[in-house]
Amino acid sequence: MSETMIEAQDLTRTFRSGFRRKRITAVENLNLAIQPGELFGLVGPDGAGKTTTLRMLAGILKPSSGQATVNGHDIVKGAEDIKQELGYMPQQFGLYPDLTVDENMNFVCDVFDVMGEERQTRMEELLDFTGLHDIRTRRGRNLSGGMQKKLGLAAALVHKPKLLLLDEPSTGVDPVARREFWDILTTLHAAGSTVVVSTPYMDEAERCNRVGLMYGGQMMICDSPSGIKRMLPGSVLALRADNLTLAEDVLKQVPDVLDVQPYGDVLNIISNDEAGASAIESRLTAAGVTVDSLRPTPPRMEEAFIYFVRQYASGDAAQAAASPTEVTA
Amino acid sequence: MRNNNHNHGNVIEVQQISKMFGSFTAVDSVTFDVPRGQIFGFLGPNGSGKTTTIRMLLGLLAPTSGTALVLGNDVRKQALNIRARLGYMSQKFTLYNDLTVEENLRFFGRAYGLHNQKLRDRIDYVLEMADLRGRERETPPNLSGGWRQRLALGAAILHEPDIVFLDEPTAGVDPLSRRAFWDLLYRISGQGTTIFVTTHYMDEAEHCENLAFIYFGRIIAQGAPGEIKAEHLPGDVIQVTPGSAADAMHVLTKAHQSGQIPGSVDVSLYGAQIHVLTQNADATRHQVLHTLEQAGQSYSDVDVIPPSLEDAFIRLVQAQN
Repeated sequence: MSETMIEAQDLTRTFRSGFRRKRITAVENLNLAIQPGELFGLVGPDGAGKTTTLRMLAGILKPSSGQATVNGHDIVKGAEDIKQELGYMPQQFGLYPDLTVDENMNFVCDVFDVMGEERQTRMEELLDFTGLHDIRTRRGRNLSGGMQKKLGLAAALVHKPKLLLLDEPSTGVDPVARREFWDILTTLHAAGSTVVVSTPYMDEAERCNRVGLMYGGQMMICDSPSGIKRMLPGSVLALRADNLTLAEDVLKQVPDVLDVQPYGDVLNIISNDEAGASAIESRLTAAGVTVDSLRPTPPRMEEAFIYFVRQYASGDAAQAAASPTEVTA
Repeated sequence: MRNNNHNHGNVIEVQQISKMFGSFTAVDSVTFDVPRGQIFGFLGPNGSGKTTTIRMLLGLLAPTSGTALVLGNDVRKQALNIRARLGYMSQKFTLYNDLTVEENLRFFGRAYGLHNQKLRDRIDYVLEMADLRGRERETPPNLSGGWRQRLALGAAILHEPDIVFLDEPTAGVDPLSRRAFWDLLYRISGQGTTIFVTTHYMDEAEHCENLAFIYFGRIIAQGAPGEIKAEHLPGDVIQVTPGSAADAMHVLTKAHQSGQIPGSVDVSLYGAQIHVLTQNADATRHQVLHTLEQAGQSYSDVDVIPPSLEDAFIRLVQAQN
């Protein structure tokens, strides 16, 4: 086994799209190293470049510039070798809707040359593992979203890949099915597989060893979930009060308050440490807000993500505002 | 309460409402109230009865039994009285793809009986609110998912409804757009509009003031997010990132089962992290780390975190099965 499972250097991919075939950069100078056994989360808003990154690493899409190796193989020259060693699960259901679970699995076994007794054992194992045993005669189109994802995962595992690349496996899946899917990923991780999973859900990002936050084709931050949360400046205070709408308006005027994010009956305040709880409380009281409680709370991944993306996006917005081509009707 | 000025009684009162389709019970004796001005979350997995309930409250589908009052009117007999005071954003995008943003808003505004200056004012308000200014002449297919959702919400509130029903409004939208959408919901709610929202995203449910969990047609828990967690999953979670997930899990499970970890209720591996649910955070944390060190297991990043709403929901569902 090579020391690093995935190593990318200045990986870039551009596309021409839309009116006048304008060139857009989907992934820009991405540098990444993923070790064997890691459960790595790729998170970011739509269009951040997550899918393009995964497709390049899977050897399906050639980079415009830069390079990467997967398990020691170059993603361009060694694309065929990579396909034997990794399982890739695309975001859309990639199997046949008019074939049954069994028929789909047999088809994938044919493609990967898993034959004879090995095929029988492997299929039984995977259908048990993913809980699809009882519905093996059901056609792909009649499976629920959660079951389709499980079938996609089972199909990606037939050739015992060392590395799994999963593109938003839990999008559109309900919480019970989502938890079942993550239980399966947990088992794979505990057994030593390397898993790279893209997700729009911050609670899933929190489940990973390390997380890469992508935005506008770039890797903004790459660290452990705790590390990313520690990068949040200042501290987070949770406010319960009689009028949170008013409180939010008041707090946005306080210079030491960096961000205010509502969570139902609680307002989370990200503040500089200089703005202590007592200073904030007196501002609120003076404005006529009755404070029920104001206490420090551990930051969530979602707070960190939104904060960093807003920082990044406001930098972009400032640049965009300076550009003369920007037209507002 | 986002804004206590608007807190006057319930705008929705549902008593033992059920809906059968043939022999299948889609909604089974559901009871809940929604106070005016609240953001009320109706949660559950796919197929649990969320959309059927909304359709009954809108007067589109007659309940098989039970009563539901919306703005004081019986949904079975007086649905037409209240239609104009309700807004509805359905799960599917329902605006016209070949009309521009502005044409869509004008069409829906007229359908709701708005004209002339009033219509122009409301369209202005919605364009402003949904941050669609400058995109009036674009058609929906040219907008990203987040914009389309804000446009659909805008169309649903043009006529200043008392209650707006949103059926999985943020399905398939990224976290930043979801946040922008929720910021809008808070604004609308702050102005006194009641918001009834269904979702199966538990992180989103944390944004609601009150929740009802529906599972196979029955409500299995109700209350504020904090109350539901406190009742069904009391305690804290010690979260540890182990060097070797399988080995560390083995060591901690053994220690937990033999009662060596004070306060521990449950040990589970979730992704790359071990979660120890505990009634005594300090003592458990100390012993968990001690146990790992004794066994020569490396770890990093130890946090004490509150359990998530999803943890509570999964626990409730497991208790049902």
